[in-house]
Amino acid sequence: MTVSEFLQNVIDALSLGSIYALVALGIGLLFGILRLINFAQGDFITIGCYALIVPSTDVTARMLIGAWSWPVLIPSICLIVVVIALLTDVLVFRPLRRAYSPTLMIASFAVSYIIQNGVLMIYGSRPKAVNLWSELNTQILIGGLRLPLLQIVTIAVTLVLMSVLTLFLKRTLIGIQMRASAEDFRMAQYLGVRGNVVIGLAFAISGMLAAVVSLLYLTQSGSLSHVMGVPLALYAFVAVVIGGMGSLVGSVAGGFLVGIIVTFLQAYLPPDLRGFRDAFAFAVVILVLLLRPAGLIQTKSAIERV
Amino acid sequence: MNRAIQVLIRHRSPIILAACVTLLVTIGVLSGFRHLQLSLTEMLLRMTIVVGLYVFIGNSGILSFGHIGFVCIGAYAAGWATADPDWKQLMLTGLPSFLQDEQYPFLAAQAGAALLPAVVALPLGAAIMRLRGIAASIATFAFLIIIQSFYSNWDSVTAGASSLARLPTIVDPWIGLVFAVGAIAVAYLFQISRWGLMLRASRDDDVAAKASGVRTVRERLIAFVLSAAIVGAGGGLYAEFLGSMTVDEFYLEMTFVTLAMLVVGGIGSLSGAVVGVVVVTFVVEFLRTLEHGISVGTTTFALPSGSQEIGLGVVMALILILRPSGLTGGREFLEWHGDSAASQLALADRAVRAVEVGVTQIEQHKSEPEKDVSVPT
Repeated sequence: MTVSEFLQNVIDALSLGSIYALVALGIGLLFGILRLINFAQGDFITIGCYALIVPSTDVTARMLIGAWSWPVLIPSICLIVVVIALLTDVLVFRPLRRAYSPTLMIASFAVSYIIQNGVLMIYGSRPKAVNLWSELNTQILIGGLRLPLLQIVTIAVTLVLMSVLTLFLKRTLIGIQMRASAEDFRMAQYLGVRGNVVIGLAFAISGMLAAVVSLLYLTQSGSLSHVMGVPLALYAFVAVVIGGMGSLVGSVAGGFLVGIIVTFLQAYLPPDLRGFRDAFAFAVVILVLLLRPAGLIQTKSAIERV
Repeated sequence: MNRAIQVLIRHRSPIILAACVTLLVTIGVLSGFRHLQLSLTEMLLRMTIVVGLYVFIGNSGILSFGHIGFVCIGAYAAGWATADPDWKQLMLTGLPSFLQDEQYPFLAAQAGAALLPAVVALPLGAAIMRLRGIAASIATFAFLIIIQSFYSNWDSVTAGASSLARLPTIVDPWIGLVFAVGAIAVAYLFQISRWGLMLRASRDDDVAAKASGVRTVRERLIAFVLSAAIVGAGGGLYAEFLGSMTVDEFYLEMTFVTLAMLVVGGIGSLSGAVVGVVVVTFVVEFLRTLEHGISVGTTTFALPSGSQEIGLGVVMALILILRPSGLTGGREFLEWHGDSAASQLALADRAVRAVEVGVTQIEQHKSEPEKDVSVPT
């Protein structure tokens, strides 16, 4: 193993970790406020990707929104995914406000199932090749290291989004209300925080994060499928558990940690065992739950009282 | 004679459930439609699995997303036991020779399909049954993914991503019926056993149950292992029903469908599990028929394919919203209202007495050291 190989792996880990961190942030945000583990977060990403080729349902996808220039493209995709996210809240999760957490998880399973099969019904099961922003897939040379431009963009976008989100949560009134609700939803409501507004906003932010992830992910993978979001959601879910359920910092840290674990398992596991990478990753989940049930970063609201 | 009738009346709900299912299947089989027979067989296999799910989820109140992992283990155990030995020697080179060279009869394979998941469930359950609420559910979900990842990459033993094939397809509606009714009987007997009652007490009020001396973790573990064995047997049936299978058969899709059945019928009762399977099967079959198209006069109306899945998702979401405790509302079949209230009162009375006994014991325990202190002075 050379130093440059190692550095290459580090960059891979960070860019993969960025993607997981963004998805985990979306899941963690909703879990903090609503105790909802939103399995459909991955399917929001799928929708963001397919929105690029609407209305074409041809076998070789033609892009409509996907062909626009990026200053128009990004907001349009964000808008579409945010609308879908808000719709799922209004139609499914709002009537379930008082339900238990596992019930909510089943409901999000149902949402995910509906979205996946909806996409399958319209577009069929064959993956479609899509060429988005291929100029990002070039490599740049920095001191003997070949770095794909896309990875650098991914890391940069993630850092920017996280800074903006942090400022939003710390400095704006509604952001502070969101943090208060994540800490203790009922108490926040007693103090005048409007529950549905905060939850709606949380769904909107998760939708926006999903939209950004969909663009970054699709540029890299270049192919559409109706289950493309599922593995992302599964790994992000691991990240949320490892990081500490409901802690946003924990979700992000968990996302990067999972990115690092996955990349290094892939790089340094003996070839025979590489296929079992996911088994190892999810065994870590069970271990974390057993040894540190509240995750790496514990939130106050996670402590159960009698 | 009189006593026999009393026993029948007392245990009427599982007997009537089993009778209704038997009647339904008999009518279906006698109608002679080949397609109907296949659908009914699949319904009965799912019923075995959903009743197995109920044994744990319904009695403990902990949602498990991992039981389809046990179905997978059971199915592959049966597959290893019954696949054509020539094929096994060629494809499954990592299999131990007692499996590789032999072909076992159906019942032996089923025993393996029930046993292996139970053996896996014991240490797993011992670890994760200590977790509470959502954490336990997440751990089971992680288990499902571990099994999926493991089985789809363990090429020399499970044939990896390609299918495990050349299995005898001997499961017909009658075999399915025997196992479904058997599952109902086992689930009922567990439910009225002292373990079942203690587990249900801990489901309804964890703290009160613990205070009354219920060892929650142990009761949960018993239910977990038993339900793993039942769903594993269901998996074994699937293997001998499909004739060839892949790991993906036993993953998120089946998890969703079986949970949907349980939720639609009502998580809290055995009748709910059975009713849920029947109702969801009917809804899905109805939508499937519509997908094939219905002719009215000269025109044919057809729903686009995929409607059955979307329909199932919508039905599930609607039930969660409109009737969160399911169609049966957590009650057993033919458990009339006054009866249930009376039995609940009796149970509550017993619980109160148990707590009183516990409190007395604690007080005695407390007062003892004081006595010890008082002796020297």
